Amino acid sequence: MWRRSASFILDDERRRTSNSPPMADNTTRAPFQNPDAISAYYQTRAAHHGVITSDWLAQAQAAVGGGVSGEENSDSSVSELGKDKSFNVIEEFNGWRKQPDLAEAVAAIRALAAVIRASEASTMMELEIELKKASDTLKSWDKTSISLTAGCDLFIRYVTRTSALEYEDFNSAKSRLLERAEKFGEISCKARKIIAMLSQDFIFDGCTILVHGLSRVVLEILKTAAQNNKLFRVLCTEGRPDGTGVLLSNELSKLDIPVKLLLDSAVAYSMDEVDMVFVGADGVVESGGIINMMGTYQIALVAHSMNKPVYVAAESYKFARLYPLDQKDMAPALRPIEFGVKIPAKVEVEMSARDYTPPQYLTLLFTDLGVLSPSVVSDELIQLYL
Amino acid sequence: MESRRNPRAVVDPKVRQVGFFTSSQPDSTHQPDPIASESHPVASSISPSGNSLSPVMIPPPRHNSSDTFLLRAAAAAASAVSPSSFSYSTRRDFPDGSMTASPGRVSRASFSKPSSSLPGVGMDSMAAAKSSSVPASGLTTVSVVNMPPGLSEKESDQKKNSKPLKEKTTKAERRALQEAQRAAKAAAKAEGGKAPLVSSGSVASTNVKAAKPAKPSSQKNDVAVAAPGPSEKKGGQTEKDRKKDAPHPRMQYDDESRVVKAKRRAVVKQTEAKNRVELFRHLPQYEHGTQLPDLETKFFQLDPMHPAVYKVGLQYLSGDISGGNARCIAMLQAFQEVVKDYSTPSEKTLNRDMTAKISSYVSFLIECRPLSVSMGNAIRFVKNRIAKLPITLSESEAKAALQSDIERFINEKIIMADTVIVKHAVTKIRDGDVLLTYGSPTAVEMVLLHAHELKKKFRVLVVDSRPKLEGQLLLRRLIKRGISCTYTHINAVSYIMHEVTKVFLGASSVLSNGTVYSRVGTACVAMVASAFRVPVLVCCEAYKFHERVQLDSICSNELGDPNAISKVHGREDINYLDGLTNNANLQFLNLMYDATPSDYISMIITDYGMVPPTSVPVIVREYQKEHSLV
Repeated sequence: MWRRSASFILDDERRRTSNSPPMADNTTRAPFQNPDAISAYYQTRAAHHGVITSDWLAQAQAAVGGGVSGEENSDSSVSELGKDKSFNVIEEFNGWRKQPDLAEAVAAIRALAAVIRASEASTMMELEIELKKASDTLKSWDKTSISLTAGCDLFIRYVTRTSALEYEDFNSAKSRLLERAEKFGEISCKARKIIAMLSQDFIFDGCTILVHGLSRVVLEILKTAAQNNKLFRVLCTEGRPDGTGVLLSNELSKLDIPVKLLLDSAVAYSMDEVDMVFVGADGVVESGGIINMMGTYQIALVAHSMNKPVYVAAESYKFARLYPLDQKDMAPALRPIEFGVKIPAKVEVEMSARDYTPPQYLTLLFTDLGVLSPSVVSDELIQLYL
Repeated sequence: MESRRNPRAVVDPKVRQVGFFTSSQPDSTHQPDPIASESHPVASSISPSGNSLSPVMIPPPRHNSSDTFLLRAAAAAASAVSPSSFSYSTRRDFPDGSMTASPGRVSRASFSKPSSSLPGVGMDSMAAAKSSSVPASGLTTVSVVNMPPGLSEKESDQKKNSKPLKEKTTKAERRALQEAQRAAKAAAKAEGGKAPLVSSGSVASTNVKAAKPAKPSSQKNDVAVAAPGPSEKKGGQTEKDRKKDAPHPRMQYDDESRVVKAKRRAVVKQTEAKNRVELFRHLPQYEHGTQLPDLETKFFQLDPMHPAVYKVGLQYLSGDISGGNARCIAMLQAFQEVVKDYSTPSEKTLNRDMTAKISSYVSFLIECRPLSVSMGNAIRFVKNRIAKLPITLSESEAKAALQSDIERFINEKIIMADTVIVKHAVTKIRDGDVLLTYGSPTAVEMVLLHAHELKKKFRVLVVDSRPKLEGQLLLRRLIKRGISCTYTHINAVSYIMHEVTKVFLGASSVLSNGTVYSRVGTACVAMVASAFRVPVLVCCEAYKFHERVQLDSICSNELGDPNAISKVHGREDINYLDGLTNNANLQFLNLMYDATPSDYISMIITDYGMVPPTSVPVIVREYQKEHSLV
């Protein structure tokens, strides 16, 4: 509505007269977004799922050919900050990240553990500083990944807390940190199992579950339910542009769960027959809302208006200290979309890969801390970060 | 009761019966009249003469038993306590016919809150009552409540007939009793009689004194105690008041006796406004402008008052200092002066004497202008620090410690908190934003100035309202720095809201349920913003959070000068209301604060970070913890 108001026109005038060239070709969104920032996080997800789009292929070829790609850019920026160690961290992280079953945060923590192992520091302070630097590098490498940031923050927090408390000798402290880092990896898998167990009570026989996108946690939940011999069926959205819905349907049919694939636009049409909606989360923000694959907000809105519960399955290390006020208030994460036909250059494409679902549309969050209501997230965060 | 119920129930002699058992028969005869005349049966049940010594909490059901059910329900509902909740469970057991209620539990028994629930369940319990030898107390209350209308009179008779067995008073009962007493007082006032007051006082005192479950013998003691009770109680009350030396900051001003008492102690002689809005009678309203000259002349004569405190009080009175932070800082700095000039009188300890002095100063400040929540929290902090001073410190060390504590409080909780808030809030301002703000909140002003320094491109819309027109101050300061601003009155807020991208508001306090208590008009702006789906961000330091809960803007507020509404400053031609200030048909209402529900608030920015309004109790809890450690 602001665009129609008098102030907008005035502002526009002012802008046009003051600095014409940069604004001319770009649209109003230009000041806020860098169109070249393809989100590495979502690329990884695509890689995990083995969905090869032509864009991705082109990019891979370009990367191999030493051309321009996101990775190159980040590497060059990275090399400016402390060469050896940071390079180590990123490589390490990349290595871990490629494993399909491992969560981003866990990969990050394993990378940081590698930093500790390789570190030559002799005091706790030095180690902390090194870790902080490594974690900053990781975070800046991919600003769009919330669980990466949250995982790094969590680990650093844990380090500072424990080092402050104990005055034991350095080596034992170091080994304890390493141990903890290793454990974190297990925690991820365990978290999924705990969440699956908690959510079993909510799946009753004969229910219809709507699922959006391929979340490994939700898959675990459905697997466990199938193993417990529950009778239910799943409606799953196609999940363009990733095509993750198709993958999910493959997985589910392997488990003999009746699956129905829907177009993303057919959600409202089918919402009548749905009993509950299950989604995962890329990040859980302080207000209790979630950031997840594009389309989650839409589904939550439809479900809310039709009084269907929306359940979110997320591990606790995804809780982040972000607080978006609206959809545009997050760091943009873009993802190339292929439409199958050639799009002329003048046509703008909304490439954002994720959206923010406010807490009032979510019913419950299943986490490894228990079944929580959205307002508890902030409590947990305050206790953790205070 | 017993005569009636013997055929049906077995009364366990070991268990004491609770409530409704008075000794004197004659009471029943005159009871109906007071009941009939008043709509406060609760009152009249207490009004029986002192010889019936029943610590009766609840009146027997009268002719219109349904009313009394409800009233009792109301009285009962007032006491939400665990004893009642477990008695709930004991009653639940009745239909099963099992007496799972262990003797221990029963003996503490209860005036059951569930008894207030409805006859339907009662029938079951009645049936069960027949069968089970349930502890009589539980039984009694249940059967009393669930007595169908026809039996109500008889029940009241029995009530009088039976022995006044000593009731174990639970918190529920005591509270109900206090309700009754209060109602009795109201009734007494209407009747104009002192006696009911005395007796109600006696009953109240007996119950209040019976803190633990008392043995039957003590009941007799109660009778003896009852007589000296009232006078003692009254005397005790004034004693306590004098000791506290300050009226409760949220004293209700429609209670005549308390107001008179407060006035007696007052330093500032305020004349009460005559023409007051009925709904707001519980708030103090004074004639403005009457005391300032008087106080100014007395400046050098008021010995007990420290000049710094006096000065601050006068500044409040004249309105020179306004705004939560400013008032709090001024008060704390005055206290620092007080501490500096303080010397312990002989035979007194520093802790006690200083606390007493601070309390007296606080009461003076309250008389000048009611405390804001920020000031209240600061005062609590200061008293806490004084109390925690180790006895071993010498006077000068103690004074230095106190002064540095106060200094630290101002620095950490106000000044540094503001910088943290600014740091968080600035991340939410993007280029191209149109920010709306209301009034003149200091935190928001700092945010805007800092964002401007960071070269962010945004516009500000300042919304203002009469009679204070505080927005003009903010406007001046922003324009001086070169921020482009628009200025409107609150009437136009729905007109311009469609261009706004974010709303920044300040707060005088944030309450535990997320309600924001701030300058009047804030709720309006927040509501319109939420209707237009514009995010509302409240910037408030954590020391202003309070654990109380307020559901509306009426129960606790501040009334300003009514003349400010009737006159428009500088526009003599439209002063139509001149001379109508004392008209009986016209009352002016100048509220200073209002309460914004948490649904309209998107986020609260504090020095603990950005939190949703639902997390305020968490912060209050963490804050208390911090304080108790510090």
